[in-house]
Amino acid sequence: MHEFSIASAVVATAVKHAGGRRVTVVSLRLGALRQVVPGALAFAFEIVARETLCEGARLEWDSVPARVRCTPCDRTWTLERLPLRCPRCGDGGVAVVGGEELEVESIEVEEDAACTA
Amino acid sequence: MHRVKVRVAEDALDANATIAEANRADFDRAGVAVINLMSAPGAGKTTVLERVLGDGATIGDGVRVGVLEGDVQGSLDADRLAQLHVPVVQLDTGSGFGGECHLDANMVRSALPLLALDDLDLLIVENVGNLVCPAEFRIGEDARIMVSSVAEGDDKPLKYPLMFRTCELVVVNKVDLLAHVDFDLDKFFYHLEAVHPGVAHLEVSARTGAGIHELRAWLAGVPDRDCRGAPA
Repeated sequence: MHEFSIASAVVATAVKHAGGRRVTVVSLRLGALRQVVPGALAFAFEIVARETLCEGARLEWDSVPARVRCTPCDRTWTLERLPLRCPRCGDGGVAVVGGEELEVESIEVEEDAACTA
Repeated sequence: MHRVKVRVAEDALDANATIAEANRADFDRAGVAVINLMSAPGAGKTTVLERVLGDGATIGDGVRVGVLEGDVQGSLDADRLAQLHVPVVQLDTGSGFGGECHLDANMVRSALPLLALDDLDLLIVENVGNLVCPAEFRIGEDARIMVSSVAEGDDKPLKYPLMFRTCELVVVNKVDLLAHVDFDLDKFFYHLEAVHPGVAHLEVSARTGAGIHELRAWLAGVPDRDCRGAPA
C-alpha cells in the first residue's frame, strides 16, 4: 500500500506548483516498470487530497511503456515482457531508457479572470 | 473564474530523493557506507544479520557495523541484535498498532540523531519486510541487498521485478531447506538473470552458517567500493 505515500507525494508536488490556487486536475506520467497500481493511487489521492488545494481534483495518468536499449546493437525497442535481454544478440547488458517515470506532468488550476490581466 | 494548465514535469518522489541525497551527504561526511537490506517478511533478514554479526560488531578488517531496524511495530528484531552488542537503533514506521509498509528517506533522516555515525564504518538498514513498497523509496544508501529464501518459491524475481532489479546483491537464504522444498535454484537464477542480468548473488543458510563467510566478506568490502555512481 505504498500508493498512499506516493499519493501524498503527488499532492505535495501539485500544491507546490499551484501557487495557492485550487487544483482541478493532476496529470501524471506512470512508467510501466513502476509498481504503482493506478486505481489504488487514485483512491489514495482522493483521500489524502482532502483539506488541501487538491481536494476534489481529478487524477489522470498516461502510461509510459518500458523502453530498453541494447548497447552492442545500438537499438531501442519497447519491452512488452521480460526477460531484459536483447532478442537480436542475446546480450543482457540492456539499459532501461523509459518506463520508470513517476512524474507529475501538469496540473490544472482555477484562476480569477482578473488575475490574468 | 477560469482554468489554466500549469506545466510541472517533476518527479513525484523528488522530495524523497532530495532527503535521500541529504542523508547520503551526512553518511559520506561521517565516512559511513550504507546498506538497504530488503526482503519479504520471514525471508530471514534479521537471522542473517545475527549470523553475520555473531562474532561482534566488527567484520572483515575492523569494519565497525551498526544496524538501523525498520519495523511496522515493536522492537523484537532490534532486541535480538542488541544482545550481540551491536549498536542498533529502532525505527518504528508508525505509532500504536502498525505503520508504514516501507522506510523512506525522511524516516531514516529522523533516526540520524540517534546514530553515532562517527563510530561506524558500515550502517545496515533493515527495511520493513515487503517485496513491493520499499523498492520505490531510496534512503541514501550505497547499495541494496535483497534476501530471498528458498521457502518463498523460485518464481519471485518475475513476480517482483522492481525489487530484484534495483539491488546490487541477491542473497538466497535457507539453502539448507533445498532438499525439502520444490525450489529449483537453476530456475531461480534463470528468472533473476531475466530481470537483472549479471547481478551478484550468494547462497547462504543463516541456520547452518553456509555462505555467511562470503556474505560477511562482501559486506566488509562495501566501504571500499566506489558507489558514488549509485543513485542516492
